[in-house]
Amino acid sequence: MKSRYSIFSLMRNALSYHEKWPEAWRSPEPKSSYDVVIVGGGGHGLATAYYLAKIHGIRNVAVIERGWLGGGNTGRNTTIVRSNYLWDESAGLYEHAMKLWEGLSQELNYNVMFSQRGVMNLAHNQQDLRDIARRVNANRLNGIDSEFLTPHQVKDLVPIIDLRGNGRYPVLGASNQRRGGTARHDAVAWGYARRADEHGVDIIQECPVNGFEIENGKVTGVQTAKGLIKAKKVGVVVAGHSSVTAEMAGIRLPLVSHPLQALVSEPVKPVIDTVVMSNAIHAYISQSDKGELVIGAGVDKYVGYGQRGSLPVTEETLAAICELFPSLKRMRMMRQWGGIVDTCPDASPIISKTPVEGFFINCGWGTGGFKATPGSGWVFADTIANDRPHPLNEAFSLERFNSGYLVDEHGAAAVAH
Amino acid sequence: MLEIKCPYCGPRFETEFSYGGEAHIERPKDSENLSDEQWGEYVFMNSNTKGVFLERWVHTSGCRRWFNVARDTVSYQILAVYETGTKAPKLDLRKDV
Repeated sequence: MKSRYSIFSLMRNALSYHEKWPEAWRSPEPKSSYDVVIVGGGGHGLATAYYLAKIHGIRNVAVIERGWLGGGNTGRNTTIVRSNYLWDESAGLYEHAMKLWEGLSQELNYNVMFSQRGVMNLAHNQQDLRDIARRVNANRLNGIDSEFLTPHQVKDLVPIIDLRGNGRYPVLGASNQRRGGTARHDAVAWGYARRADEHGVDIIQECPVNGFEIENGKVTGVQTAKGLIKAKKVGVVVAGHSSVTAEMAGIRLPLVSHPLQALVSEPVKPVIDTVVMSNAIHAYISQSDKGELVIGAGVDKYVGYGQRGSLPVTEETLAAICELFPSLKRMRMMRQWGGIVDTCPDASPIISKTPVEGFFINCGWGTGGFKATPGSGWVFADTIANDRPHPLNEAFSLERFNSGYLVDEHGAAAVAH
Repeated sequence: MLEIKCPYCGPRFETEFSYGGEAHIERPKDSENLSDEQWGEYVFMNSNTKGVFLERWVHTSGCRRWFNVARDTVSYQILAVYETGTKAPKLDLRKDV
């Protein structure tokens, strides 16, 4: 049992100049076989392993990661958490995640810095207004806090906004979810990793997967850079590389991988204490605790596996930010980066069994997977443990692309693709 | 920023073009007899290749004509541009991506 993180452990370790903190998780060599192997050591994969061990008592689990923990989209997103999705199916899933977020720091004994500072979606034209009003009402019927804001209420919450949008992007209203906010993305991966490890999960980093062993339509193992690892069940949660990984098992997916980029500015004094998103112009902005403005952009329109974004997308986003927030015009950007997002035709995830027995897939989160991390891991663990979808993710099966029962969330997904 | 060589107008920046996704997907001929799985495969599934990918582009802000491009989706290098309706030229495929 590891020592708990607390004010006392902090003081105790301060006396030894913070040089004697125990490791947060082990780095074991893989065993020859596991009950469940999770491919992908991002937030979703680590959360899956944690809930498998904690709720379902399956502790003979390995998480295999090609690079380092949270080095993919978990560490590249803009850290926004919200649950104001339109349809009942999505509302159930994302709101379940939101409820887990609200107790996550205590649950993990790790400060994920979840800050419910509110998330606002702007409307710039009459159609945006109608869509937002519809979504606010749908949210409230599903018991999700959501409210409609007039332009003056927007201005009260975000004084630096120019409601005229320089004439180009006038702000006609907004939806607001006050329970939404931000969380420290790395801490989410590390917190889940530490607790999963505590429950006996082996976390194996720098170990790419090269293929799967499949006998008579049933998965039996994973071929990795560290040799063959036998597995009774395999869960794949690899975001941008889902198509590539599923293809190794002969499964085709309806995904398209795009680079999605974000940038941060130089740190400044507090100017914005909420999150402002604008679906129409692919720009969203919040301020980190360090004072950097965190800005999210749109996706590159073409298929791309290069973890970088193209310049025209950056320009378009920053132009929109400058018109909405004229006082930020002379800010300098410090860093820009990209992650590969696996977009799905209906902008909803796939959390599903597959034609290969014992092979489960959790993908298609596209531009908005971070907010769902705890809920995604929770339902995926339940699906793997019981070999059937949980009611919360039943609608998000791979089968829906044959039945046509899509969960169209392009409006709520906030980044068009 | 990609520089795409439109076969009709010459090299232009990517901002002049729109993307059309995977090339060479044929609409099934016997459509009234297709199963739901076959329709699902045609409408939604795609190869989403990491490596050399054959894709469609249209020169929206130029000649407005469609054409095909062979592009490496990791390095973004454009290996060939060819007309719609023709087969992809033989490419020097990199196996290491």
